[in-house]
Order: sequence, then structure tokens, then C-alpha cells
Amino acid sequence: MSEQKRNDVSLLNRRQFLQASGVAGSGLLLGAPLLQAKPSAVPMDVLSGAKSNSEDFLRLNLFVELALDGTVRIVCHRSEMGQGIRTGLPQVLADEMGADWNKVQVIQGQANREYGSQNTDGSRSVRDFYLPMRKMGAAAREMLRQAAAKKWAVDAGQINVANHQLSDGKNTATFAEMATLAAQQSLPNLDSLKLKAKKDFNYIGKPIDGIDMPAFIQGKAEFGVDVELPDMVHASIERSPVLGGKLLSLDDKEALAVPGVIRVEKIQGRPLPAAFNAIEGVAVIASNTWAAQQGRKKLKLKWDLGANQTHGSEGYNKTLAASHDIEEGSLKLFEQGNVQKAFKTAEHIVEANYFVPYLAHASMEPPAATAIFKDGHCEVWACSQTPQSAQRQVAGSLGIKPENVTVHVTYLGGGFGRKSKPDFVAEAALLAKQIGKPVKVIWSREDDIRHDYLHAVCDTQLKAALDKNGKITAWQGSAALPSIGSTFGPADSMAGWELDQGFTDFPFEVANVELHRRKINAHMRIGWLRSVINIPMAFANGSLMGELAAAAKIDAKAFWLQSIGEDRSIKPRLSSYSNYGKNIAEYPNDTARAKAVIEKACANAGWNDPREAGVGFGLSYHYSFLAHVAVVAKVVMDGKSPKILSLHCVADAGQVVNPDRVKSQLEGAMIFGTSIAMYSEITTKDGVVEQGNFDGYRLARMSECPDIHIDIIEADDAPRGVGEPGVPPVAPAITNAIADAGGPRIRRLPVAKTLPV
Amino acid sequence: MITLTVNQQTQTFDADGDMPLLWALRDILKLSGTKYGCGQGLCGACTVHLDGAPIRSCSIPLSAVAGKSITTIEGLSDDGSHPVQQAWKEINVPQCGYCQPGQMMSAAALLAYNAMPNDDDIDNAMSGNICRCGTYPRIKQAIKNAAKSGQEQ
Repeated sequence: MSEQKRNDVSLLNRRQFLQASGVAGSGLLLGAPLLQAKPSAVPMDVLSGAKSNSEDFLRLNLFVELALDGTVRIVCHRSEMGQGIRTGLPQVLADEMGADWNKVQVIQGQANREYGSQNTDGSRSVRDFYLPMRKMGAAAREMLRQAAAKKWAVDAGQINVANHQLSDGKNTATFAEMATLAAQQSLPNLDSLKLKAKKDFNYIGKPIDGIDMPAFIQGKAEFGVDVELPDMVHASIERSPVLGGKLLSLDDKEALAVPGVIRVEKIQGRPLPAAFNAIEGVAVIASNTWAAQQGRKKLKLKWDLGANQTHGSEGYNKTLAASHDIEEGSLKLFEQGNVQKAFKTAEHIVEANYFVPYLAHASMEPPAATAIFKDGHCEVWACSQTPQSAQRQVAGSLGIKPENVTVHVTYLGGGFGRKSKPDFVAEAALLAKQIGKPVKVIWSREDDIRHDYLHAVCDTQLKAALDKNGKITAWQGSAALPSIGSTFGPADSMAGWELDQGFTDFPFEVANVELHRRKINAHMRIGWLRSVINIPMAFANGSLMGELAAAAKIDAKAFWLQSIGEDRSIKPRLSSYSNYGKNIAEYPNDTARAKAVIEKACANAGWNDPREAGVGFGLSYHYSFLAHVAVVAKVVMDGKSPKILSLHCVADAGQVVNPDRVKSQLEGAMIFGTSIAMYSEITTKDGVVEQGNFDGYRLARMSECPDIHIDIIEADDAPRGVGEPGVPPVAPAITNAIADAGGPRIRRLPVAKTLPV
Repeated sequence: MITLTVNQQTQTFDADGDMPLLWALRDILKLSGTKYGCGQGLCGACTVHLDGAPIRSCSIPLSAVAGKSITTIEGLSDDGSHPVQQAWKEINVPQCGYCQPGQMMSAAALLAYNAMPNDDDIDNAMSGNICRCGTYPRIKQAIKNAAKSGQEQ
């Protein structure tokens, strides 16, 4: 976007401003009657070369505009962070509309409640908006069809719509020719629309190229860090090193003496819980980023670090491990049969603790936001996964109404859950108000690693028994982790849904089960990272399965298949089971599909073929975000050092919209999972994160990337999650393979903590 | 005043000689295609060419590049037609896209002095560039494709 245009947007009058932010629109939430068809007064954000002259565009509904030249503009209301959603959802809509993809532009939606949820996490974009996008496309198609029916005085049912054209066999018209008349048609009832049959899909299920590729390859895509406003200044913020710390004193004399530094501003923190509030800190404002960073180094600050300064991983990890024996305050989540009795008659028992450390998101783009505050309105540009919560957070931080906050979403240089937390957007907004100038806040890598909303460190104790046939007769679990709930409530809060992610819903039929959650106090901001609690739970379950199979001397693949058992839909153990927000009748967890991905991953990896000496095979499977994923790892030991040769992944995620992007998401998940398995760990000492950059917080590099093979089992039912489900089974597949290759059984991640890698 | 050539244009501006090239490119010359990732030369997101060789612009002060010639992603081609850019586009390499300017600059520098790199050559040249999304397999493939298209030309 040009500076001129950005300036124009900033100077909108109040009426235009409200229209731009959508809050003054007459439309209701998606699924209710749509916005009245009318020319849109103000363009929505333009990210990739769409025309900014909206006078030529007629709005057909909340998500679709049609230009007089036939160009179709489709709003993507979800944030683009690499999952390809700016291609995927418009691809669905365009297919239903009968549009020609080459005549489609994609517009990034601002924060706007009318769109429905814009919270781009939980692998939800396609599974929640596949059907609504089809309806939006079908609604636009119906308006075009009604227009043609009137013009040609024929029955609308006789009119075929395809490839940007309407035809009744006798007459034909382009979308351009029918645009004005179409925009005058009344909006069809969304529930009575006829949707395409699968056999008629043009784009759904096809590997359409990413719509943003031309911008990406030329470095032209505008990320959060790239936003430029006229007269803008740059901020670098020194935050309380410990969660909940308060600033006692500030000496900014030397900072202000650094050339380029303009001023120093305090950011007032709020009492815990942390929520999405800005952390207490001191911002150095300068004419460029470098000067702000240099000035920041010269600040002399004294902090009251508060109670969390005693938090250290060394002691805390022991506390987690010891908590499994403490009943006080713990929750018994589930009990069935009698595990103790079953352990007494068992042929084999395996009991172990499986540990996954704190993890940081470390998206390649750190958090960044730019804000301007003027006449009681705040306008922000941010790499936000959740523009509506950014809007609410900014409003709350500034004491203004959400409708007086406009949130523009840039491209996100990775998100992985970090950018669901708009604390960094609040910082920019607070500073913009305090200094009365447009200001950009860019977090340094050290800021990002040290002030993350960390993935919870987790110690899971599992104990299982087998009978002489290798059947699992008892399963006892105990989970110890600080909860995401602590970020929004007391330090010992427990978010009820967390342990639905692999702990309570392991897919084995077991007669005797007992599951506990321990009371743990949080001392850091706890967040959610790609796949969330499925990461430690898949590691625990998948490792235990490997250990049980080895104990019973049963082939691991056979053991997984027999433990999953008969074809059936798995009934949740807990009545409160969240099923990732979806009705379990519509999204059942079928064991046949679990077994199918396992069979195929093993077949692709050559599980039953003669094996080369020294090559270890490891299998794991996990169901998360409603998708089934199996991974087979092959590892060789080079002395004490394991080398991952390959990862074979097979996924069943229901109906797939864009198979190439699903494949790339799974490729990425294999590498994300490899980092977790092998390299990454955050530790704390004196309440402070000990790592700060990619030297201390290690991520997989190209030379450490195994050969990756992805296979997708196509299914006809509703779309399921894609972005996250690939990650969880990777680590246990790798550690099972290390054990199979003659290496040790790794029960503590990352592997680098135990072996040279 | 600092004078250097960026994308074949001479640029003269007032800045602290200690300022890393990265921030001068981004904040002063408004060439935002070059990305910040770590500030310590650990991730490669800021890779540009200095007289043709790949460097981490976050770790090179302006004083060290005065009078020299810099190429950024904006200067790799006028229109995205460089073989590396085309190869990237052809197989949809980018996911989030953020690290990709640095990846492409590293790849273009590799191919400029080794027209047919093998897997080890590619690993050696590219392992300084982190991609958190995990596009390494496609990057490797795209480099091979670009090498092949270069041979055919």
C-alpha cells in the first residue's frame, strides 16, 4: 500500500471510519441476512495489488465485491501466516460463485465482528469457514443468475453459471455485463442455496498456486515489521525481565543522548494475570530502529521483580515430577474399572515420566505493530492472528470503545499461536497515544524469546499394563503442567479443555483407566504453540506405546493396530470433551481412519521390507484438531549421535481444499516437530528466560532436515484441521526410532539434552 | 555522510557508521524486502549481496560497506524473473514468506559461483538461513530446478 493511501485512510472522517471498520454496516453476523447490496464507500485493506479505486466495485455481500470490469474481490477475513488461507478460502468461494480464478483479487479484512471469528488459530479456518464461504459464493452466484433471468425474461433455473459467464443456452453474458444488475438483486436466503456437487468442483480440491507468491518472491509482501506511516517514529522497549515486575526508577539521561533518540516513555503494566496486557516497560523512541535499540541499552532501570523472580527451571521441573504423588489440589479427571487390580495381574508393566520443556514460538518475524492515535480514534497495523481481540485489547488499554479502533492485518511472518496474543499491539497503541505520533514497535529476537507466551513445560507420568496377549489392560496417567488458564486467572488455574488434547482421548480401548491432573502454579506467561498440549501428550502416549511394544516383543505397527482395535467411532471418556469445538456426531473419530493412516505410513516407509542393519524405525500416530496423522521415522546412530534419515507422514484431514498447501503444511509440521524433538528448549533462572536468540534456542536447519515424504488420504467428509495435527506425532516417532536403532530410550525432550546432535 | 551503491543506484545519506546495513536499508532507504530476524547473523533473514557475495546485513556496519555495491531482493530482478525467484514461485516454496528474501539471496549467490550444486553444497550454503515454517525441502528442490533451468539457457 502506498503511503498516500495509508494517509488517506488515517484521515477518514468518523462516518467513513465506522464504515471502513464495518461496525456501522447494516449487515449482521454471517449466517444472518447479509449486508445490503451497495457500492462500498471505502476500500478494505489491499495487500496484494488489488485496485484501490473502490468506486468501481459493487458489493454483493459481506465477502464479495464485483467490479464493472468483471473483477471479483473476495475478502479473506482470516490472517495469512503461511497456511495459505488467502488462497484457500477465496478458492472455495470462487468455485461456488462460478468465478474465473484469474479474475479474482483477495482483500484482507480488517477486524470486523460481522465476519464471525477472525481468531486464526486452532486449525479452524477451513473447517469453520468452508461452508460459510461456499454459501457466500453461492449467494453471489444467485444474484448474478437472478439478474440474468430478469434481463433475459427466463427462469433463473435455466441459467448456467460457470467460468465467469452466465448462459441459458440462447443468451450469454459475462459477470462484467451483469454486475450492475446483480448488485441490485435482493440477497438470497443462505439456507436455501443449492451448493455444488463435489464432482462439479473447479477449484476445491485442486492445487492452486499461492495467490501471494508474486509478492513473496519479490520481497514486496508487507509484514507487520514493514509498515511505514508518514512522520513515523520507532520504538524499542525494555520490559520487566520477570513476569509481574514493576519499575521502581528510571534514569534516561544517557539514552536521550544517543543520536536519533527522541524521547523515552514508560509503559504502565497492569496487575496479573497477564492476559493480553502490555508488559510494564520503558520505550525508547527514535528516528530509526537502530537508534532506538542503542538508546535502550543506555537506560538505567531499577525493578521490583516480584514473587516470580525465584522461578527456575531446575527446581520447577523437579516440582512437576514430584507433583504426581500429591493428591491435594489435584483433579481426578476420569476413573473406570480398577487400575491397581489390573496392575497386579499384568504380564508387563511400563511406567515412565515423559518430559517436554518450555518452548518458544520464535516466528521468523518477531511481534511488530504500528499505531496512530488521533481525535479519540486509534488505527493499528499488525501481524495479528486475531484482529478482533487486538481491537478489544487496544480499546481496553486506551479506554476507548472498540468501534474507535481500526485494526489492519498485515502478512504474518509466522504466527504459531504467538500472534494470537495482542500485547504487542497494545504497546504500539499506548505509545501512539502518549506521544501523539505514528509509532512502530518491533520486538528484537531477544524480546521475542524472553517475553513469549511460552508453551507449557509438561511432565506426564504414564503407567500401563499388558496381559499375556499384549492387550492393554490398564492405563494410568498423571499430567503436571502450568495451565494456559493461568494467563487469564490465578496462577494455579486449569483450563478444562487442555487435557482433551491427547491425555483423556488416547485412542485405545482399555478397561481400567485412571487420569489425574496435578495442581501447578505458573510463573511465566503460558500460551499456546502450534498443536498445544497435543505436543507433550503425543510424546508421552507415543513413547509409551513404543516401550510397551518392546516389552511385549510385539512389532510396533502390529501393537498400535491391535491396541486401537475394532473399527468404531471412539466415544469420549469425559462428558465435557470439547472435540475441538465441533459436534462429535458430525466429526466422529473413526478408528478405521486411524488404522488406515498407520498402514499407509508404514507401507510408504517400507516397514515390512527387509531392513538395513543399523536403521531404526519408529512409528507414532496422533489424532488432533479432528485429523489423523501417522509418522514413521528412520534413524541411524553415528556413535552416540542419532541422524534422522527420513520422516514418512500420512494424514487424513477430511475434505482437502488445496492439496499442495496441505502438503506444504505437513512438510512444515515435520520440521517444526523435528525442532521440538531434537533441539529446542527454553529454561528459566531467577524468573528470567535464559535463552535469547537462535544460538541458545535451537531450531532445525536445512542440513538437519531429514528426507520428508507426505501422503494425504483423501476423504469426502467435512474438512478437518491441517496446520497443527502434523506436529504431535513427530517427536515420539523419532525417539522410538532412536531406541530401535540401538540408541537409548529418550523420555525427555529435546534429544539434544541427552545425546550429541 | 555515507555513500554506497544499492541495486545499482548510488545512495548518499547521513547515518551513524556503526548502524548495521540492515537498518539503513529498511529505515532510511525504505527497502523493506530485507528482513530482520535475529540481529546476530544467526538466521540469514537479512541476507543481501555485497559485491556479489552473500552477507548478513544485520551484522555489517555501514562503515564497512561504504563505497561498495549492495544488492537486495528488490534488486535481484526488476520483475521477479530471476531464475531463483521463478523456481521459488513454480513450486510454491514460501509459506509465510518472511525468511524467503534471505533464502533467495543465499540461493542466488550459491548458484552464481556454483552452477550445479549437489545436496551437500546446498546444505552448506543454506544452513545459515532458518525457516520456521519448514520450507527446506522445497527450497532445496527449487535451487536444483533453478540450476537446471540455468543449464538449459
